[in-house]
Amino acid sequence: MAATGTAAPALEAEAVTKTYGDRRALQDVSFSAAAGELIAVTGPNGAGKTTLLQILAGVLAPTGGRVSRAPRDIGWVPQEPALYRKLSVAENLRLFARLERVGDVDATVHRMLEETRLADRAGEEVGRLSGGNRQRLNIALGLLAAPPVLLLDEPSSSLDPRQRERLWAYVGGLAAGGTTVVFSTHDVAEAERYAHRLLVLADGALLFTGTPAELERAVRADSHGAGPDDFEAAFVRFLHERGH
Amino acid sequence: MRWLLLKDLQILRRSPLLVGLLVVYPVVIAVLIGLALSAGPDKPKVAFANLVPRGESEITIGGERLDAASYAGRLFESVDPIRVDSRAEAVATVRSGEALAALIVPEDATQRLQGTLNLSGGPPPTLEVIYSARDPVKRRFVQAAIESRLAAANQALSERLTRIAARYISIIARGGELSLLGQKVDVLGLQRSADVLGAVIDGLPADSPQRTALEQVRRFAQLAGDNLDVSRPILGSIGRPVAVSETVLEGRRAPLDSFAAAVAVTVSLMFVTLLLAAGMLALEREENAFGRLVRGLVSRASLLAEKIGLAALCSFAVTVVMLAGLAAFLRLDFSRAPLWLAALAAGALAFAAMGVAIGGLAREVRAASLLAFLLALPVAFLALVPAGSVADPLYDVIEVVSGAFPFKPALRALDAAINGGSLAAPLAHLAALTAAFAVLARIALRRFG
Repeated sequence: MAATGTAAPALEAEAVTKTYGDRRALQDVSFSAAAGELIAVTGPNGAGKTTLLQILAGVLAPTGGRVSRAPRDIGWVPQEPALYRKLSVAENLRLFARLERVGDVDATVHRMLEETRLADRAGEEVGRLSGGNRQRLNIALGLLAAPPVLLLDEPSSSLDPRQRERLWAYVGGLAAGGTTVVFSTHDVAEAERYAHRLLVLADGALLFTGTPAELERAVRADSHGAGPDDFEAAFVRFLHERGH
Repeated sequence: MRWLLLKDLQILRRSPLLVGLLVVYPVVIAVLIGLALSAGPDKPKVAFANLVPRGESEITIGGERLDAASYAGRLFESVDPIRVDSRAEAVATVRSGEALAALIVPEDATQRLQGTLNLSGGPPPTLEVIYSARDPVKRRFVQAAIESRLAAANQALSERLTRIAARYISIIARGGELSLLGQKVDVLGLQRSADVLGAVIDGLPADSPQRTALEQVRRFAQLAGDNLDVSRPILGSIGRPVAVSETVLEGRRAPLDSFAAAVAVTVSLMFVTLLLAAGMLALEREENAFGRLVRGLVSRASLLAEKIGLAALCSFAVTVVMLAGLAAFLRLDFSRAPLWLAALAAGALAFAAMGVAIGGLAREVRAASLLAFLLALPVAFLALVPAGSVADPLYDVIEVVSGAFPFKPALRALDAAINGGSLAAPLAHLAALTAAFAVLARIALRRFG
């Protein structure tokens, strides 16, 4: 479980806003995450999940608001694997390790190959890897500099159930080790199962922040105690009751 | 930045087909353009039917015999003749496409020419030319070639006749031997007639009544002789009334071969650099790596500089080898090699900056490659349009458009480096274009996010 209490948050977003012309993709989103916390950013399609993560990662500049950490201190794993297909697994790791200016490049590459169980594929061109292995390498690149905060954008969308289990076991291990993990997902069951806390976005606005149990309680309260049977139904009703 | 450069070289090394095409294709195009420029047009095939009976191609003028057929050789300087025996055969050869045109010398051509020279009346000989209208461009080319060669043959014949006429005038004025009906005849000539008359007049008594009349005849002979003598150079000038003196301005003469080499190398430089720079920048976005790179690992400006450096370095290496090979064949002056390198380096940087601007605007490798081709081809062709070949206002527009892209200044720089001339202006032009396209590329990168 997440470390809580009075310790300074590992990541803070304050009134983050992003507009494209007249359209508001994000409106005054604020939250904080503690060290070792696992936060799911969820919501319907077009809610602003990826936009929020890209701003936190420093890929997009916000129109307003601020993020407490510099991009270099945050590990970033985009939804589409950001890899060079003509390079091998080890060459990708080595290149980004050098660009991240990690201390011992070879040791870091070796560690990441072991952690992602890609050591036996180290010399293989990334273009020949399966989707699951590419995603593992994609995550490994985000972790090269051992960042205190890791952002994952829809990390399980291209994985089969067995690979998902492995992914969440690995991510859970990172969180248990003190890394703050913020991930986006449209899979409500996945958010309920793995996240310590949810951020529910819809149309760029932050509608809810709390645990899955707290969200279910909120829905029951709205329904005067007669809530839906499962979490997904509760989530849908939550959005519906708020006009989404 | 060096790690990115190494990464890109690694990627290129693992794409041998792409790199091979990238080098071979522009080199082939460049060599073809170079050959087309330096070799000039090939002789078009023309069917030639000489219907004048064998042995009857000679004409006689003033006792001299000229073979009119020898002047046909002038025609064949610009055409490749296919000799046929009849007009029908000539027409069939054109219809079949074997020849682009047919030239027919009618059987009465020599008789008519003889009649014209004897001033015996009748129309002059008429040669018949038949063109194929299948390809209007070729037809225009063949027509121009035949007309110019016919004019040259006419002029050569005219000069020969004028020389013969001038010799007769000389005999009439000064006297001499004349060949007439196989006999040698000694002609006294007007000047010697005047001398003879002078001697006769001197022998007459002072009061002789014949003296006045003879004196009038002697003065006429003297006057006519002197004036006819002057007419010889005048007749000579009729054969070639306008002489041409050729002068090349700007103090140098660039041989066509070495200019063609400059064009060929510049074309290669353009294609290799543009495609590499545009493609490698667009690849960063296509691989989704751009977002990961620019969030603190590499600045956008450094990324552009790396792509410009990579493309310029590769194309520079390819074109240096290419130019060195051409230089060995064309015997270019190797002492100017440092200038070649300066011109190639400046051109490579300008094309690379243009390439990254294209890559930034297009964002995808395929779109970037297509856009690079679409821009490169017309830019190169426009830059090769010679002054005076189009209307002045249109040429001014072409100059402005060409000046906005690196091809023309790169060609000028390389031409100056190879053949002599000022390098400073084209190098400054290229530097300005490098800066302008780099700024455009930096703006275009905003679309990458």
